[in-house]
Amino acid sequence: MSFIQIKDVSFVYPNEFTAVHKISASIEKGEKLAIVGQNGAGKTTTVKMMNGLLKPTKGDIEIDGLNTKDYTTAQISRHVGYVFQNPDDQIFHSDVYSEIAYGPKTIGLSDDEISSRVYSVAELVGIDGFLDENPYNLPFSTRKFVTIACVLVMDVDVVILDEPTAGQDHVGMVQISKLIDYLQKKNKTVITITHDMEFVVNNFERVIVMANKQIIADKNKREIFWDNNVIEESNIKQPYISELANDMNMGNRILSIDEFVEHVFSNKKEGATV
Amino acid sequence: MELIRAKNINYKYPINDGQSTLKNVNFSIQKGELYSIIGKNGAGKTTLCNVIRGFIPHFHRGELGGELLIEGKDIREWDMSDLASKIGFIFQNPFTQISGVKDTVFDEIAYGLENLGVEIDDIKKRVEQIIDLLGIGDLADKNPYELSGGQKQRVAFAAVIVMDPDILVIDEPTSQLDPKGTKDIFEIIKFLKEKGKTIILVEHKLELIAEHSDYVFVMDDGEIMLDGKVDEVLSMPKVLDYDAGLPQYALLGIEMNRKDPDFNQIPINKSQAELEINKWLQR
Repeated sequence: MSFIQIKDVSFVYPNEFTAVHKISASIEKGEKLAIVGQNGAGKTTTVKMMNGLLKPTKGDIEIDGLNTKDYTTAQISRHVGYVFQNPDDQIFHSDVYSEIAYGPKTIGLSDDEISSRVYSVAELVGIDGFLDENPYNLPFSTRKFVTIACVLVMDVDVVILDEPTAGQDHVGMVQISKLIDYLQKKNKTVITITHDMEFVVNNFERVIVMANKQIIADKNKREIFWDNNVIEESNIKQPYISELANDMNMGNRILSIDEFVEHVFSNKKEGATV
Repeated sequence: MELIRAKNINYKYPINDGQSTLKNVNFSIQKGELYSIIGKNGAGKTTLCNVIRGFIPHFHRGELGGELLIEGKDIREWDMSDLASKIGFIFQNPFTQISGVKDTVFDEIAYGLENLGVEIDDIKKRVEQIIDLLGIGDLADKNPYELSGGQKQRVAFAAVIVMDPDILVIDEPTSQLDPKGTKDIFEIIKFLKEKGKTIILVEHKLELIAEHSDYVFVMDDGEIMLDGKVDEVLSMPKVLDYDAGLPQYALLGIEMNRKDPDFNQIPINKSQAELEINKWLQR
């Protein structure tokens, strides 16, 4: 049995708005994957159900054998940490240290253990210089790293990042990639919602595409980004380099700059056209 | 025609909460052109916008050195309300911009014109035009706070465009949007440019900057390190030294050049990339 099991799940908000309709997926421990799709496709509702913030109105989600319906959000969130899309929905302390220390305090860790965990995650995400600052004095992109630290400090099995790349500059992007690698090495499951397809190409293999409240594809990135039907139906963007390769009628389903360069150089050597 | 001129601007916020300073900033902005400012977070992009729209020195204290001339008149001598109708500012975060005092999108868009004392019939006409233009008719009666990020962003644009300012300063308008929403916003920006507006844009999406800008400023540590025409700046590997990033097409070109110095024309957009690669293949 998979670590995360999503079985025929639907979610209808109390105002009768259907956000997710009959989705199923299995995710293994230590796996990383990206969820892509337009705003309103159901991505955030789906991941909020994985950490128990929302409970399916139909179907079941099991985390390590625990059905989310049988446990409180607090219980499920010990296993699955969710970093909100908008950090301001999550932050409520007046200094960064207390914000990060809040979770560990609620589960009764000792002060020494808390402080050692806070310093180590703060360093990991590059905010160790801001621990005394008020989070609201920090730029949006740094506040996002504060909220990521708050989840990492709980040492959960599954980390869900909801649009961590939004508003990030080049430096922030690199930091997030490093973080995903680090979590992988620690055998954590990492689920990331993003609109940045270059980021997907650089960091993931498995991609789930959502459109119109459903999962319309769940396969390897190369199959996703070269599937015209999926791209059209979900309104996602093909990576820029793939688009170029496509326009130039190159085969080989190219995704990255390295692949592109290798392809044209080997063709030139053979004296063939692209 | 020169609209804005900066001469040796230096500035430091009086209470430094991690905000950026400006050092020896010089530039000239011509009417009707689109200027993009790129650079890593903390490089001084938003601070520079705050000077151009007069928030520095009119609201933020601190010593502003050098001169910023708008239509030849120093920013310190401009009256803030005159400046407000000359320069429209669209916030990075639409949540910050939306007034919170209006219950409908229609009234939110009308708010600025009301404050200027425009005739009611005229207000209605102008608001309707903008709503039409941005395709947000279905949102007109909604509460601004009920909207999605992308919808709020479009309302924030509408509320500024309706004032018909000559200059628009737009700070990271697409950071919270999906690819479709981003494309819609750039369509609006393109339309404004076609109407002859002068636009100063802060943005991280370099492929879109390459497509829409006339000029690019690269900032780092409070200084403008590079500036020039978009084709020149975005084909310079040096931009990467400032962590400002480059379009995928330029990164591809740089990699091609590294493997074969004969590939020497770095493309910045898709059509240039296609052209240069085909030329190279035929050599």
